[in-house]
Amino acid sequence: MTAVTDRASLKHRLAEKGVDRVLWLLVPGAVFVVLLFVYPFLYGLQLSFQPKGGGSPFQNYVTFFQDEYLAETVWITLRLGLPAALFNVLASIPIAFRMRGRFRGKRALTTLLVVPITLGTVLTAEGLLAFFGPTGWFNRIWMALGADEPAKLTHNYWGVLFSLIITGFPFAFLLTLSYLSGIDPTLEQAAATLGASRRQRFRTITMPLLAPGLAVTFCLSFVLAFSVFPSAVMVGNPAGETHVMSIAAYETALRDNDFAMGSAIAMLMALVMLIVIGVVLVWRTTLYRGATGGKG
Amino acid sequence: MTGQRFAELHLDHVRRAFGDTVALQGMDLTIKGGEFVALLGPSGCGKSTALNCLAGLLPLTGGRITLDGKRIDDLPPEKRGFGMVFQNYALFPHMSVRRNIGFGLSMRKTAKAELNRRVDEAVRLVQLEEHQHKFPAQLSGGQQQRVAIARAIVLEPPLVLMDEPLSNLDAALRLEMRTEIRRLHQSLGLTTVYVTHDQEEALALADRLVVLRLGEVQQVGSPEEVYAHPVNRYVAGFMGYRNMIPVSVSAQDDDQATVRTEDGIELVGVKREELSDKAVAAVRPEDFTVVSEAGDNTLEATVEIVEYHGREQAVEARLKNGEQLHVRTNSRLAPGDTIRLKVPTERVLVFT
Repeated sequence: MTAVTDRASLKHRLAEKGVDRVLWLLVPGAVFVVLLFVYPFLYGLQLSFQPKGGGSPFQNYVTFFQDEYLAETVWITLRLGLPAALFNVLASIPIAFRMRGRFRGKRALTTLLVVPITLGTVLTAEGLLAFFGPTGWFNRIWMALGADEPAKLTHNYWGVLFSLIITGFPFAFLLTLSYLSGIDPTLEQAAATLGASRRQRFRTITMPLLAPGLAVTFCLSFVLAFSVFPSAVMVGNPAGETHVMSIAAYETALRDNDFAMGSAIAMLMALVMLIVIGVVLVWRTTLYRGATGGKG
Repeated sequence: MTGQRFAELHLDHVRRAFGDTVALQGMDLTIKGGEFVALLGPSGCGKSTALNCLAGLLPLTGGRITLDGKRIDDLPPEKRGFGMVFQNYALFPHMSVRRNIGFGLSMRKTAKAELNRRVDEAVRLVQLEEHQHKFPAQLSGGQQQRVAIARAIVLEPPLVLMDEPLSNLDAALRLEMRTEIRRLHQSLGLTTVYVTHDQEEALALADRLVVLRLGEVQQVGSPEEVYAHPVNRYVAGFMGYRNMIPVSVSAQDDDQATVRTEDGIELVGVKREELSDKAVAAVRPEDFTVVSEAGDNTLEATVEIVEYHGREQAVEARLKNGEQLHVRTNSRLAPGDTIRLKVPTERVLVFT
């Protein structure tokens, strides 16, 4: 008779630790991530340390901050990305707040709010040019109301900001709505029976439970807005006011044929985004992040 | 700690409809200060709707609610100041036990010293001293339940509303918390409206029961009244009259009715309603006695299933015409036995 081992088979023990055939399902995803993200990123990173003109590996980065026209792009892009993300998050709170529960026409209204995602930036930009342009509807009404000259809302900062809001809002709204729907409505009812007014309920119950979700929503909205490119070209002033980092990187790499410098700009772009996200996420860790259902 | 007593809370034809469905049709009820009232009925009977209307969480579609003559049904929940214990407890997950309990007080801008004193008292009352700095997610179901109760009663509300507070607990804990709720009610004297679908819970806790069905009040009375003298077959069914034997009425006077089962056996019972020819004889499983000889008020049946329940057995038997009977008895029976079941006249209730 063979001895009975008190250890389970190797296969069984691996399965206990989550190692089984289902792991193979990860392979296609892992391959794609490595080929299409990790490798290009690392390639770009090392490229950025090989300046075209030789010299110190950090030369590209030094050049970026010495060249005022380039250094300024950081500020220009932040000035577009931060307000756009902030506005989208803040604007989606009241709308999502009103739209959680069930009511007639909710689907139609949600569709209407989400449609801009499907339009794409180019169509949005063209629409903006037509609507806000010097002879567009907006300015015709503006002039009819007695303005002396048409408001300049395209080919400048405002055009790009509007475009970022239109295309970014649906994402912020959908995320906020799903976070808000995850908060058990009986919590607010309980607060009401305990004497909390509408305002107090929002401040003490809804906001604290929603805030971590808003932080994530802000980060995603910001990333989306910060990498703005087509609308900065089409409805902005790509050589001046809306000379954002992605345009600078594109021009350097493809117009001036300096891939190393272009990579350096792209790396700096990622760095700025990571700093902003890092700050927001550090703030998020100070919040309650547990379940938002009634049973705790 | 005693509640701010009121004399009388009056529900006057309170109605609530959701679209075309009427959840509560014209409920009239008077609750006296200090009373423990249970609203009892199966799901969909309107009991939770009634509670939410009282709390102010649902506006009425008709009728009015007055507290000592003052109309309150147009006030939002935060202005009514009634405490409510929710079925899922609805504890604020981002606040500690102490902050949950003190929430109502801090909304009322209670001074810090006073707030701490009252929270301490409430924490002691529900025996959560060791857990007061934990968060709801770190507590067991029973402890969460205690927090929910403490949070509602720390404000000493004139009325405490409880919406099936024990339904999420396991059987042993449910009994324990039931006693706890009764103890709190006796020591604090807070007027309480308690919603449940469990008649045992309602009978054990309440001073007065309100039995609801399809949004209509069926019977209001003390537990003894409702248990012993249900007004109709629906309330009887809910109060444990599990046997509803179809019968035809052969004679009736003011108090009693003589009826005949489909097997041709004559039963004499208490008449609870004006009867036409067809009626049902309602009998509780425990009111049957197994006897050896035929006699008055004695049915004959065949045993089909026997369940052992310790001191007694739960037996399912069948009359000759196929009608099923539920019987609880101390006699040892076996499937296939033919038995005679005697039931005293006062334990047979005849309903239309």
